[in-house]
Amino acid sequence: MLVYLLRRLAVALCVCVAVSALSFGLMFVVGDPAVAIAGAGGSARDAEAIRHAYGFDRPYVVQYLGWVGHVLRGDFGQSIYFNMPVTEIVRARLPVTAILGGVSFTLALVVAVPLGIVAARKPGGLTDRLALLLAVTGQAVPSFWLGLMAIVVFGVWHGLVPTSGADTWQGYILPVVVLAYSAMPAMMRITRSGMIEVLGTDYIRSAEAKGLPTWQVIVGHALRNAILPLVSLAALQLGVLLSGSIVIESVFALNGLGRLAWESLLRADLPVVQAVILILSLVYVVLTTAADLVNAWLDPRIRGVR
Amino acid sequence: MAEEVIRPALWRRGLRNVALMSGGSVVVLMVLVAVLAPLLAPHDPYSQDLTRRLLPPFWIEGTDPTHLLGTDHLGRDYLSRLIYGARISLGVGFGVVLVSGLIGISLGLVAGYFGGLADMGISFIITTRLSLPIVLVALAAVAFAGASLATLITVLGLLLWDRFAVVSRAAAQSLRSRDFIKGLRAIGAGQVRILFLELLPNMRAALIVVMTLEVANVILLEAALSFLGLGVRAPTPSWGLMISEGRDNILFDPWLTALPGAALCVLVLAVNLLGDGLRDITGGRLK
Amino acid sequence: MTLLDLQDLHVAIPTERGLLRAVRGVDLRLAAGETLCLVGESGCGKSLTAMTLMGLGPKTAQTRSGRFTLLGQEMAGRGRAAWKTLRGRGLSMIFQDPMTSLNPTLTVGRQLTEGVIHTEGLTRRAAEARAIALLERVGIARAGQRLGQYPHQFSGGQRQRLMIAMALMSEPKFLIADEPTTALDVTIQAQILSLLAGLQRDLGLGLLLITHDLGVVAAIADRVAVMYAGRIVEEGSASRIFRRPAHPYTAGLMAAIPVPGRTPRGTPLPAIPGRVPGLIEPIAGCAFCERCARGETLCAARPPSDVALPDGRVECHFPAVEIVQ
Repeated sequence: MLVYLLRRLAVALCVCVAVSALSFGLMFVVGDPAVAIAGAGGSARDAEAIRHAYGFDRPYVVQYLGWVGHVLRGDFGQSIYFNMPVTEIVRARLPVTAILGGVSFTLALVVAVPLGIVAARKPGGLTDRLALLLAVTGQAVPSFWLGLMAIVVFGVWHGLVPTSGADTWQGYILPVVVLAYSAMPAMMRITRSGMIEVLGTDYIRSAEAKGLPTWQVIVGHALRNAILPLVSLAALQLGVLLSGSIVIESVFALNGLGRLAWESLLRADLPVVQAVILILSLVYVVLTTAADLVNAWLDPRIRGVR
Repeated sequence: MAEEVIRPALWRRGLRNVALMSGGSVVVLMVLVAVLAPLLAPHDPYSQDLTRRLLPPFWIEGTDPTHLLGTDHLGRDYLSRLIYGARISLGVGFGVVLVSGLIGISLGLVAGYFGGLADMGISFIITTRLSLPIVLVALAAVAFAGASLATLITVLGLLLWDRFAVVSRAAAQSLRSRDFIKGLRAIGAGQVRILFLELLPNMRAALIVVMTLEVANVILLEAALSFLGLGVRAPTPSWGLMISEGRDNILFDPWLTALPGAALCVLVLAVNLLGDGLRDITGGRLK
Repeated sequence: MTLLDLQDLHVAIPTERGLLRAVRGVDLRLAAGETLCLVGESGCGKSLTAMTLMGLGPKTAQTRSGRFTLLGQEMAGRGRAAWKTLRGRGLSMIFQDPMTSLNPTLTVGRQLTEGVIHTEGLTRRAAEARAIALLERVGIARAGQRLGQYPHQFSGGQRQRLMIAMALMSEPKFLIADEPTTALDVTIQAQILSLLAGLQRDLGLGLLLITHDLGVVAAIADRVAVMYAGRIVEEGSASRIFRRPAHPYTAGLMAAIPVPGRTPRGTPLPAIPGRVPGLIEPIAGCAFCERCARGETLCAARPPSDVALPDGRVECHFPAVEIVQ
């Protein structure tokens, strides 16, 4: 287990380095940051002064290491637009995205797993067909459009929920449901196909032969094995949800990280964009690493028990 | 040789597969609409007429029979714009998959076939790519490279190769150990020959399925980027962009938003059904 | 006490090409402490019969029977759910493939004990004590430590020992073993079989052993039932069936066993010509007719009726004469 853990953490660390280098490099790939800071009215001399002041004239590696050093201390630099520390701005916006992502992920999981199990118990049955229909449509509907339509129907026509903002918890209802609906299909399908596969195995038959009650066979034996691919996928989906929140936040006018990143992009406020990309990537790395560790805990063969 | 034996059965299974047939026929229909857009569209999708703005579609009172689905905020014929929109969606979808497929399949083949250091390196690249928030990175890239159709296709193509790489890597790994590939290596067949003439045709089924599902994925992503104003640029009739334009009038003319979204749903649903159907009949499984 | 009294069991499975009548009127009886071997070639319906006895047949299967008394309960016409009161409570089973029949993600200890913890309400400690005793009985050393290990840490032969121990945890009266040695090496097969035979004797189990290996049958059976194309074509004492088979199919099976010392080297073993009939179309006469040396017009036209034997019965128009008399 220890060897597995260390190897997995080493890979995660390498990915972190690569991702941070990429988000740092973004600043230079897309153009001269000094010119961007100087703004449209800035002269070449202004840019030169800024270049020197910000240290953009140093070698890339030195700049990168300096940046990483600051990031490790929680300092993402200064926002060009807000003229205040990026860390502060991000900290103010993070909770909205975290709530949105976390709640819709939980909702998606709570719907997907039982639905997948029930569907798998009778493939081709009524529940299975309904579940598949729900999944197929969920994968086809663009979430931002569904969000707009939901606003029209529930917010404008029926006035059941606020149409924008998250001043009250009701403001979260529509975005959470819409986001969950887009994340649910993949998880439902993988639960279903995993359960169908596992329910047909010999060891499930053995468990039944022992006289175990159905729920114990399904939860204690089948789900435990069928859930392995779901754990990996769920981590991935949570990452996708956070990334997808950019669109949803702009539709519902929620002041989260995604909307911040989008607005900062339009304002060419690169330090903020950099920070959000890095944060989302790191969250993803942490999640997938956690998923691998959960799988290792669930399956002794992965953690290399000999 | 085995293929000749399987083929007739495959066709028959295909014809009996409801998802495949319904999805496939809608996709074919959409492709025809896109190709024949100049013949089908009743008006020029770009010609504005501010005196005839926001005419409602045929099911709402006050409609104009020459504009079956009404006109948008600039008086452009909505049906024509929707028809031309199919071109953008399908064009971006296929274009991106062409680029991303090329990158992903090459990487996956090399990683899966050669293994060892090449595999470690490429797997690391895949993991790194997967950890990037795709919407945000695509937005950033498009924002700074300038929004245009060509940029969009290049950027998405350079970003969305991960699924191709994962699938072809796994397929190449399992094929590598098969006897006929071992035999070819034993008689000294060239590596390039084995890779492209033997491995690639043998994973065709799995790759076609991935390709179909990726087209659907790309279409949705293009719509999202265009919706955020960082994809296809106005006045090009992209469905995503049309949703965003319709948003300003969503309170009084929600159909402006509803129609392009519905078109997106139908197209993506059809492409997904086609992909699922293909997977069912070929048995090409995806993880 | 009679553990099993089954008459006229039919099991049909819907397939794409039609209804597969896999079991077509099987009669079986098993007394306590008796070993009955059900033999036949692959696809004759013997495994399906065993699964139906366990209530674990395919969910789509259509089952009907005459009298069906299992451990004193009448099971005829009852659904799969009815078996919940029997499995792990007197009725137990050992499966074919020990490599896939154990859950790879749970410890062996958990898999051995969970059944009795549920059915008998034993404490974990009591269940583990029983598991350790059984593991030692089936020949697994350091049983106490090995309870914490996972299936992949055991060899194939050891896993089948685990499966046997698992089946015996509930102290069953009736044990079904479905080809328990086919997945194992030949050398290990013999060990597992002698273990099974020893346990049957010591615990007084009623054992229904399903196999296509006649060597196995000769070693441990009290009685033998020969199955062909979904029916039991001959049943009788093991000693008689091996010396004087009454049904031409049984005779063919016996002739195909090489006897060391008696079968000359290099002579081909006699095989039964022809193929098993498909079971989707109804069979008019005797299912074995086309492959039978004694087959006549009558055989193709009318199904044979039971002929009573001193030690059992045979289903043939022209059984070997000397036994019937």
